[in-house]
Amino acid sequence: MITYEWLYILSGIFFAIWALLSALDRSNGKRWGNAAFWGLLAGSFLFGSHIGDFANGVLVLALVAIAGVGRLGRSDPPTTTLEERLELSELKGNRLFIPALIVPFVAVVGTLAYNYTPLSGTGLFEPRRETLLLFAIGVLVALVVAMAWLRPPALAPAQEGRRLLDSIGWAAILPQMLAALGAVFALAGVGDIIGSLAGQVIPEGSVILTVIVYALGMAIFTMIMGNAFAAFPVMAAAIGIPLLVQAYGGNPAVIGAVGMLAGFCGTLLTPMAANFNIVPAALLELDDQNGVIKQQVWTAIPLWVCNIAIIYIGGFLLWT
Amino acid sequence: MNYWPLIGIALVVIGFALKFNPLLVVVGAAIATGLLAGLDPVSVIEALGQAFNDNRYISVTWIILPVIGLLERYGLQQRARGLIESVRGATMGKLLVIYLAFRQLTAALGMKDIGGHPQAVRPLVAPMAEAAAAKTHGDLPEDERQKVLAMSAATDNVGLFFGEDIFFAIASILLIQGVFEAAGYPMTPLQLSVWAIPTAICAFLIHSSRLMAMDRRLGRLKP
Repeated sequence: MITYEWLYILSGIFFAIWALLSALDRSNGKRWGNAAFWGLLAGSFLFGSHIGDFANGVLVLALVAIAGVGRLGRSDPPTTTLEERLELSELKGNRLFIPALIVPFVAVVGTLAYNYTPLSGTGLFEPRRETLLLFAIGVLVALVVAMAWLRPPALAPAQEGRRLLDSIGWAAILPQMLAALGAVFALAGVGDIIGSLAGQVIPEGSVILTVIVYALGMAIFTMIMGNAFAAFPVMAAAIGIPLLVQAYGGNPAVIGAVGMLAGFCGTLLTPMAANFNIVPAALLELDDQNGVIKQQVWTAIPLWVCNIAIIYIGGFLLWT
Repeated sequence: MNYWPLIGIALVVIGFALKFNPLLVVVGAAIATGLLAGLDPVSVIEALGQAFNDNRYISVTWIILPVIGLLERYGLQQRARGLIESVRGATMGKLLVIYLAFRQLTAALGMKDIGGHPQAVRPLVAPMAEAAAAKTHGDLPEDERQKVLAMSAATDNVGLFFGEDIFFAIASILLIQGVFEAAGYPMTPLQLSVWAIPTAICAFLIHSSRLMAMDRRLGRLKP
């Protein structure tokens, strides 16, 4: 059976190569910082399952120390010039899109094929992990196809990957680090505290005000935690179920589904949702780290108001 | 109740506001929160290490970078631009409205892995939006150009978030089902996911009207 552990070893090899190439890159004044950072991440992927929680924790502190004192630099491995790229894009034509489309194609079609045919009975993949495993398979297929077709220098994919990785820099591990913060928050009982605070500010007897506090709590707690998944059980247990469903008799389906979506509006507004908001700013080389969030503000706020209206109308007016 | 762990949240907010390195802010907040909740330092480091290790699958997605980088070396971004320049009547607004609809519909059918920032936005959508904007509005000032790129990423997010919940077999729908079932309200995923449709329609209307408004604003910039 193919498990996540296989994926971690594959990723560990990728990051180890990037660490090695970083160390050899004399053009980057901070090459040892880059080598250490990506090397530690490679170590986490390759050995994290075996070294124990404390060693993993020390590894996290070391990663953060390297990034925190600014030892990560942008690299500039040799590549094609803009003029060459224009020329090559004419030469290669729309076929350039094919390798890029292989990855989502393998992930999506593979997941569907695996789940809706007798293939799922074979136990080829770890249960419920097939999409990410198929994504990795898609990456390998796309790499082989692109290498066979384009015939670049052997190190080109590693070096081009390193260029992109270094342009993302420390933001590459921010989503994973935020997930770890969420786990520590949960351990410290932050969710229960927020839930009890939210429960205390409810005005009695008003359905619409309770709906607003519920939607506001979902959005704000989502902004704090970076995703709505952490916020939902807390707000549902504090307000959604005891007040909206039980005390006021609302439709549980609407209160559940649209409450979650009110949280998603918060996701659009927070740097804590790093993989959606901060990583793309780095990938697109924006000057403003919060540039993506700023473009989302005036979609998120009106949509959040719509969600309140949908809960109130669908969950109460049409229900009773 | 012990309210001290909330200091961790305050640290996060202050740290991000003062633009400290976010990794430093996050780990600082995690350690402070753990200590204030009464854990000893070793337990806090262990909790952090375990949680980081358990979430390694999040960072696995970077293995796509060699594919994207290699294709960019052979002109993928330039080809994406060329493709949109050959479409008559294409504007940035129309292009992103079509992408928004495409992203919402595919996500609603469970195909949320089509799209995404490293795979689609950086190599394809953002260069296309930039080329379309330059085609109709001339060369943009740098700050406007960056807004077009940021809006491309924003459109991917909006399309994903407000499309995926229409698909019933997605983690967030299963989470809602689980929470309500534990409280004594069993529901099927389908009962929940139909209620994602009104919000999806609102999201499409709000965001696409903003995209068209941005088109008009860029038009007025032309000297």
